[in-house]
Amino acid sequence: MAWFRRKQSAESAKERLQLVLIHDRTDLTSTELGVLKDELLQVISRHVDIDREAVQIDVEHDGRTQRLVADIPLRSVTRRRAG
Amino acid sequence: MAAQVVTISSGKGGVGKTTAVANLAFALALDGDKVACIDGDIGLRNLDVVMGLENRIVYDIVDVIEGRCKLRQAMIRDKHLPELYLIPAAQTRDKNAVSPSDMKRVCDELRPSMDFILIDSPAGIERGFRNAIAPADRVLVITNPEVSAVRDADRVIGILEAEEKHSPALVINRLNPDLVKQHDMLSAEDVLDLLGIQLIGIVPEDEAVIVGSNRGVPVSQDPKSRAGQAFRNIAHRLKGQEVPFMDFGNKQSGLWDRIQKMTGRR
Repeated sequence: MAWFRRKQSAESAKERLQLVLIHDRTDLTSTELGVLKDELLQVISRHVDIDREAVQIDVEHDGRTQRLVADIPLRSVTRRRAG
Repeated sequence: MAAQVVTISSGKGGVGKTTAVANLAFALALDGDKVACIDGDIGLRNLDVVMGLENRIVYDIVDVIEGRCKLRQAMIRDKHLPELYLIPAAQTRDKNAVSPSDMKRVCDELRPSMDFILIDSPAGIERGFRNAIAPADRVLVITNPEVSAVRDADRVIGILEAEEKHSPALVINRLNPDLVKQHDMLSAEDVLDLLGIQLIGIVPEDEAVIVGSNRGVPVSQDPKSRAGQAFRNIAHRLKGQEVPFMDFGNKQSGLWDRIQKMTGRR
C-alpha cells in the first residue's frame, strides 16, 4: 500500500497542476466552465437533438495553446421520424 | 561586439535564480567571454555574497542611475576571472528607485564592451521583475519540479508572452533523479509538458551547490560536480552550441528523444 501511495504523488502533482494552469491561463474557474457547458448545450439543442449523456466538453492544451474541445453526438433524425 | 542580455526569472523565490546567474556567469567567463552580472533585487542584495564579492562593494546600480558614480566604478571585478564583473543591487533602497528605462540605459552602455549581460530578477511579478526583463534579449525561466514553482513559472511565461518577450527558455533546477524514479517528483518531461516552452537545461540536485555558495565560489568551476556540468552545458547552449542533455536515469525509455523533439519546437 505504501508503494501504491508513493507512485501516486508525482502523478497527482501533474494532474492538479494541469487543472490549476488551465484556470490560471484562461481565468475560467471550474464552476464557470460548468455554466459555459450548460449554456452551450442549451443553444445547440434549440437547433438539433443531441445526446446529452455522451457530450464531452473540456479545455485541452497543446504546448501553450489552449482550446475548448466539444464532442457533441447528434441524435439521428431518421430514427426519430421512423419512431 | 554587442552583448546578449539574458534575464533569469522564476516568479517564485528560492528556486535558484541567483545561484544560476552566478554559475552561468562563471561558466561563460571561464570560457573567455566578457560577462557582467546585474543584481536586479533592489533592497535584497545577494548575488554579491553568492559570487564571493561582498567585501568589495563601493557603489551600486542605484548610484549609477542617480549619477553618483560612473558605470565603470560600480562594476566589481571578480577575484579570479578578470573578464567577469558584478553590478550590485542597492541594499538600502527599494525597487522603485529603478525603472525599466533605467535598466535599458545601463545595459545599452554595457553592451559594446561585453559578450553577455546576465540579470538576476527578483522574485514576484512586480516592478523589480519588469525592470529585469525590460532590456532582455532572452529570458530564462527557472523552476523546480514542484507544484508551487511550476505554477509560478507558468504565470511568468504568460506575462513574457503578453510582453512579447519571445521564446523564453526553461531551466529545471534541483531535479532529484531518485525521487523521479520513485514517482515522487515531477519528471523533466512532466514539467515540459505542463509549461510548453523550450528547454535549455536540467540541473540535478547537488550538495556541492550549497558548498560553493558557502565559499562564494560557484559550482560551475568544479569539474566533478554534476550540477556544475549542467550549468556549463547551459552556458554553451546560450552561445548557440548544441549540447546533448545529461541522462539522469529516467523512468521512461525514449524520454530524451521526446525532450530533444520538444526543445526543437518554436
